[in-house]
Amino acid sequence: MSDKHSIPGPLANEGLPLAERGLFCDAPPRQYQRANKITEAFWNWARAQSLWILGFGTGCGAIELRPLMTSRFDMYRYGIQPRPTPRQSSVFVIGGYASVKTLKRIVRSYEQMMGPKFVVALGSCTINGGMYWDSYNTIKRIDQYIPVDVYIAGCMPRPEALLAGFQELKRIIRAGRGEGQNEYARKFEWYKANQKQVIKDWNMPDYNW
Amino acid sequence: MKELITSLANRYGVRDWKDLKAGQAACFVDSGRLRDCLRWLRDEAGYAHLSFATAIDQLERGVFTLTYALRNHERGHSLLVHSEIDRTRPVVDSIHRLWAQAWTYQREMKEWYGIDFPGSPRVDEEFVLEGWQGPPMMRRDFDSLAYSDATYAERPGRASSDPAEHMKRELYPEEQA
Amino acid sequence: MITAILTRVGYALVSLFVITNYGLLLIGSMARISAKVQGRVGQPVWQPYLDIIKSTAKRNSISHGVMFYLGPVFRLAGGVGTYLFIPAVFGSALFRNFSDSGDLLLVMYFIFFGQLGMALGASEGGHPYSAIGVSRGLAQMTAFEVPFALSVIAVAIQYKTLDITAIVAAQQGGFLHWTVATNPVAVVAALIAFLGMSMHNPFSVVIAPQEIPIGPPTEYQSNLLGMLQTNRAIFNGAKLVLYMNLFFGGATSLPVMVIKTFLIYFINVFVGQAFPRLRVDQSIRFFLGAPTVIGVAGVIIALL
Repeated sequence: MSDKHSIPGPLANEGLPLAERGLFCDAPPRQYQRANKITEAFWNWARAQSLWILGFGTGCGAIELRPLMTSRFDMYRYGIQPRPTPRQSSVFVIGGYASVKTLKRIVRSYEQMMGPKFVVALGSCTINGGMYWDSYNTIKRIDQYIPVDVYIAGCMPRPEALLAGFQELKRIIRAGRGEGQNEYARKFEWYKANQKQVIKDWNMPDYNW
Repeated sequence: MKELITSLANRYGVRDWKDLKAGQAACFVDSGRLRDCLRWLRDEAGYAHLSFATAIDQLERGVFTLTYALRNHERGHSLLVHSEIDRTRPVVDSIHRLWAQAWTYQREMKEWYGIDFPGSPRVDEEFVLEGWQGPPMMRRDFDSLAYSDATYAERPGRASSDPAEHMKRELYPEEQA
Repeated sequence: MITAILTRVGYALVSLFVITNYGLLLIGSMARISAKVQGRVGQPVWQPYLDIIKSTAKRNSISHGVMFYLGPVFRLAGGVGTYLFIPAVFGSALFRNFSDSGDLLLVMYFIFFGQLGMALGASEGGHPYSAIGVSRGLAQMTAFEVPFALSVIAVAIQYKTLDITAIVAAQQGGFLHWTVATNPVAVVAALIAFLGMSMHNPFSVVIAPQEIPIGPPTEYQSNLLGMLQTNRAIFNGAKLVLYMNLFFGGATSLPVMVIKTFLIYFINVFVGQAFPRLRVDQSIRFFLGAPTVIGVAGVIIALL
């Protein structure tokens, strides 16, 4: 939890063609200091009450978000709403199985989100592979590649389970334990190594602010 | 129908004609005469529509079975043209000049089974996988589980149980005792 | 002299504070009413406050250069400028703002100003959706400005002044003196333009909330987004007060202002919940069709 954490050298962005390397930043993510206790508690309260989901369906579980949005389950009453752009959203819902191809997009979108950011992973596939446990192209643990705050088990989890998961996320944020962004920055090299081990053709920037 | 079978047999050595159901039949042709046979079927016999093309891995016999599904819309009849190629030397004539859409199927077969179609457009490009470095993954000798175990991190503690046994234990615990 | 100016500034700040909170509560309550129409519970009325606090409390933000920062600043300046030259409550020292300094033309300029500034800033973000949103927004804005300008011309002809305070003063003395009673045709044109100005359904394709292209603010995040959200509240309040002043006889006290603006804003909910969204080309054709003809008719009636 310190800004003085040793910052590794600039990122090489070796996956990109030479002409494009200059278009992306070469600074790794840094950790952010928390505000003083009372301010941080107030902010965490506001963050918990205003969860903006990145509307990016990464798997079959995204289908469960639709009944959640509409009249039947109505997540708006809990201050949860979808946003179309990673810049403005604070919660990334991993909707079930993530193939390697999707993982590339997940990593890029996650890195583009502004902190503090939270990840809710739903479905058995994100936890231990689920029914895709022996698939040649589906990762088995999403928390090896991005930090996860809440898992929601089920195949598929019902919208009620999702609502319960979001309430759990709110408790985590209010308790000040939703520090996925700092976690990602602290173990950045470990996460990057895991990602690059799986994504064989790394043709994107090393850190996509 | 009779004369179609006869002329196919005479011209291209087509054999094993089999009526699968009303309006659908299958037949077999040698891979060397496959393209000529398909052209004749398209131009002369009215099977102008290529519904799909796919491959089946016959690991035990050491061959790939290629299947081309054609349809004659005028007579309402579908024909599955099978052909076999050696598994160790999977090369076959491209039919993208007969049906322009065939290059997509051929690109798919190239990526999934490693069957080559020389001259087919973009046949060497990635189809659904990105950055795949292993062997063609739909071949039956590709061990998906071993690849998955070696590549993707696993969460410890995963166990599997027989559903019948598990439900028996859950629902009727007294019988276990 | 100095004391008088400082008092005016202090009053204006209080007035701005009130309209900001009123605008935020208005947005929240309208979202809740819309939810009820759709058979939902809906978000809390105070949700806009939470969203702004959350946006401000973000830890990092990215920049795309100076113009990128200036976009929301221009937008906020447009909203604040619009409001500060309109008398919110007629005859009140606290809520008259700087209405004696500017006139209707200045206010109309400020309405357009924010959007232009936003266009400059959003284009700097480099995101294609921003450019799409900006071009949609400016196109639709140009279209609904036509009926709106026509109705403003009608009002100016009718009262022979561009001074908003004078227009409100001329409408005092009962319902029959309001513009809506003396020239209802012009008011109809203005209210249709108002639907476009509020960017609610069926004219919401500019911001297309919660869909793939969110429009101009695609790249804006953190405190810049908080600024835009605040401006949305101020701008909403300013537009409503302007409409109330021009067409519905102004307000002589704060409760009257609240009731009148609430009812004007309610038109959005009525229309928005009943009609699906139009594409931009459809909405441009719509605004340049019947509403423009109605606006011209309003001008002719005012001339007679």
